[in-house]
Parts: sequence; structure tokens; C-alpha cells
Amino acid sequence: MSTVKLPIYMDYAATTPVDKRVADKMFACLTGEGVFGNPASRSHLFGWDAEKMIEQARDQVAALINADPREIIWTSGATESDNLAIKGAAHFYKKKGKHLVTLKTEHKAVLDSMRQLEREGYEVTYLEPEADGLLDLEKFKAAIREDTLLASIMHVNSEIGVIQDIAAIGAICRENRVIFHVDAAQSAGKIPIDLAQLPVDLMSFCAHKVYGPKGIGALYVRRKPRIRIEAQIHGGGHERSLRSGTLATHQIVGMGEAFRIAAAEMAEDDTRIRRLRDRLWDGIKDIEAVYLNGDMEHRIAGNLNVSFEYIEGESLIMALRDLAVSSGSACTSASLEPSYVLRAIGRVDQLAHSSVRFSIGKYTTEAEIDYAIDKIHAAVSKLRDMSPLWEMYKQGVDLESVQWVTH
Amino acid sequence: MYSEKIIDHYENPRNAGAFDRNDKTVGTGVVGAPAAGDVMKLQIKVNADGIIEDARFKTYGCGSAIASSSLATEWLMGKTLEEALMIKNTAIAEELALPPIKIHCSVLAEDAIAAAIADYRQKNPELQATDQQAASG
Repeated sequence: MSTVKLPIYMDYAATTPVDKRVADKMFACLTGEGVFGNPASRSHLFGWDAEKMIEQARDQVAALINADPREIIWTSGATESDNLAIKGAAHFYKKKGKHLVTLKTEHKAVLDSMRQLEREGYEVTYLEPEADGLLDLEKFKAAIREDTLLASIMHVNSEIGVIQDIAAIGAICRENRVIFHVDAAQSAGKIPIDLAQLPVDLMSFCAHKVYGPKGIGALYVRRKPRIRIEAQIHGGGHERSLRSGTLATHQIVGMGEAFRIAAAEMAEDDTRIRRLRDRLWDGIKDIEAVYLNGDMEHRIAGNLNVSFEYIEGESLIMALRDLAVSSGSACTSASLEPSYVLRAIGRVDQLAHSSVRFSIGKYTTEAEIDYAIDKIHAAVSKLRDMSPLWEMYKQGVDLESVQWVTH
Repeated sequence: MYSEKIIDHYENPRNAGAFDRNDKTVGTGVVGAPAAGDVMKLQIKVNADGIIEDARFKTYGCGSAIASSSLATEWLMGKTLEEALMIKNTAIAEELALPPIKIHCSVLAEDAIAAAIADYRQKNPELQATDQQAASG
């Protein structure tokens, strides 16, 4: 086996390293020799140069998703974009209705924005996805009411990587005159997005999931038909007063370059990453009592979410210390609750506790995948030898029938 | 995030394994629930003098739960049942430097010790009288 550098990063869905080409462009916008000016300065060359860089980046972001650059608003990241889209549209169109629809497996930025709107008097329907993680279109249709004003459905789920059919969901929204917001933090730059075709009104993006910097994102706001939102941050009137605050030139330039590279290279990256992901799954799927979480067909290339039954996720992550992965186990979170996403797709708590998310990206190598496969086999066998649940399972005890002694 | 002691017990678990639970000299305690993310099985083997001469554990749970049960088996050996019942979760938590959010793992270990001893006593009812004599004497 060729040598690999440890630990191996397999948490690309959490964040990605910045592409060297992106970092170089960013650095050119920081020091006195570079384009450090305030893009809002209209009275001198420093400001004009910075503004030029901002607009070039806006073009690059718009190009990846086939949008008009005037439809792009810079934000601090997908969380802010989600807040601005959902609260901003709900506030602006409050006379139109007070009902919103979303999915239980959405990112917390969407769910918590919805909770805030509920406190303000809005009503929200939280739909449960099917066992494969996908939204049933009939259930979605049935949830829409006369006074439904907005629906928010994520493109790709961050934990299980499933891809929702946003074209079909958007078509239902159009028929019912419902504003459609999509969180595309996990999909932009990984799968094609064509906003000239897709019936989507608002879409959230960030740079750091596609080899760009953290702390920068964008919100797409459709112009035709025009969608209005109410600003959530007030100040100097930047971004057509929809999001005030001095524009972070280096961050924005970084996002632009990251999206430019994604547009040029994502098809090739996708093929390679998918092959590696399938190699990983082929290497572990024959282990007894191993389950894939989420649909495999409608799934982003870099994601593999697996439950290793009878092993608790955090102890598995300790055993896999050489692999930087994440777990749906309660023990890795402060809340002591297992993954809400896995529970929403009907995984019993025990399988949610036993889950590990492997997310790989463009720097993952075949040697790393093979190393991971070996490690996983060793860890699973070590921990199952130590697991009373595995012992019971092997003795034919039905764990459902056991009276557990809890506090 | 974890102390060296936790990692050491996790990496090199002491006394992982199982005794025959039908053996009359063995007491078995199983506590916790899969849905809660921790199940601990603790077993003691008691000799004719009423001393715990050996102990085993199997744990489904996080690193702290595995370390707490591993440490418990070490501490149980050589103790009488009464002495074993004096092992408190706070001592386990302190020895392993468990983070506050993992204190419940040490509570589970204390519960498992109590459950194993209760099981042993139930299997050996004739010992109850002697135990109580010893306790009052």
C-alpha cells in the first residue's frame, strides 16, 4: 500500500480546504500592493479597482448557476443567506399569507429561521421525508394552503447527501403561487444548477464547501418574476440596501474564483469522486449489519453515510481516529440527541447513534480510500467484540423485546 | 477532548469479554439502553470467600462509557461485595477526568456494579444471611 498522510480528511461536507489558486487571488486583495480599497469608495482608483473585482466575482458566481449577476447578493455565508431569504420574504409578503412549508431534514439555519417566524405569528409545516430521505411530491402538494407564502427545501442534504427534485418541487410552487427558496450550500459546484430553467426564486450559497474561504456566501434573488425581500441588516445601503456592510473584497474574490474553478472542473471531479466513493462503499458494504442511510441513486458523489449496527458512533470515531469523519451519534453533540436527520428518515435511535458520515472531495486519493477500508474493518471487529448488543444479536436475542434498565 | 486515561482504557480495555452468565459464581448486570446510546454489561466472579476474583465487561457506548466500565472491572477485583458497592461514580469520573457531559457514563458504571451484585445475590440466596451478618457484625 502506498503511504498516506495521517489523519486523512474525510469531512468535506463540513468544509473544504481552500484551493491554492483561490488563496492566491484572495491574497492579492489584502496588502498595500494589492487591491485593498473599499469597493464603496467612489472617489478614487483604489475603490474603483476593488469594485471591479467584486463585479467580476459576481459574474463568476452567476455564471456557475446561469443567473444574471444582478440577481446575486453577497452575504457572510449560507446561514445568513437562509435567514435573509426566509425572514426577508416572509416579512415583505406578510399580507399575502402567514404559512410556510419546509422539511424536517433542513439545515438548522432554515429550521431556526422558521422557528423565529413562528414566534412572530407565522405558521410552519415541517414535512417528514421518506425513508430514503427524499420528499414525496404528493405530500408536499397536500401541505400547501391558500395562505402559503413560501416553501424552503434544500437541494442536497448535508448529512445523507440526497438530492431533492427541486425542478418538480418548484413547479408545484409556481402552480400555487408560492415563493420557493432552496439552500444550495451542499450542491453548488458539485452538481449542475441552471437558474434560467429551474423554477426557484431564492437560493443560498456559500464558498467554503467548494474550496473557497469561510465567511462568505451569496443569495440569489430572482428578477423575473421579481421577488422582493426585506433587509435583515441595515447600514450603508450596500447591495441595493438588501444587505448593508462593507464588502469583504478578498472573501468575495475567493468565492468568485472558487465558483469559476468549479464551473470548469466539476464534471471531471464528480466522476473521480464518485468512483472513489463507490470504492469505499464496495469495501465495507459486505460487513454484517451495515446500512446505508439515504438513497444511493439520488445522491451527491462525495457522500457516504453508514450505520454500523451494534456499535456506538463516537467510539467508532475514536477507533477511526486517523480518519476525520463525523457521526450522527449523540455523544458527538452537546445535546445528547442523535442526528435529527436520521431520525426524520425513520432510522431508530440505535442506528442513528451508530452512524458515520464519510464525505470525500477533490483531494481524496485512492490510497486514502483503501487505508480507510482497512481501518473500518479493524475498528468494527474490535468494537463488536466489546459490544453487549452484538453478543445478544449473535445469540439470537431480539433486542426489541429486551426490557432495558434506564434512568 | 479526552484525558490520556480515557484514551488508554479505550485503546487497551482491561478485562473486556464475558463469563458464562449461568455460572452460579457469576453475577451479571446489564444497564442502559441502545436508544440512549449506552449499554453496559458488567460481570463479577465471586470466590468461596466472598471476594470478587475476576471481572469482565462489554460496553456499547462512547469512549467514556468504555473507559468507565474498563476501570470499574479493575477496581472490582479483590473486593468483597460490600466494598464493591462503595465504588462511587464520582470516583470513576475523577480518576478518568470525565468531561461534565460524560458524567452519566460513570453513573452507568456504578449502576452496572450494583446490578451485577444484585444478580449474584439473587442466584445465591443462601449468602444473604451471611452477608447481613457480616454487615451487622
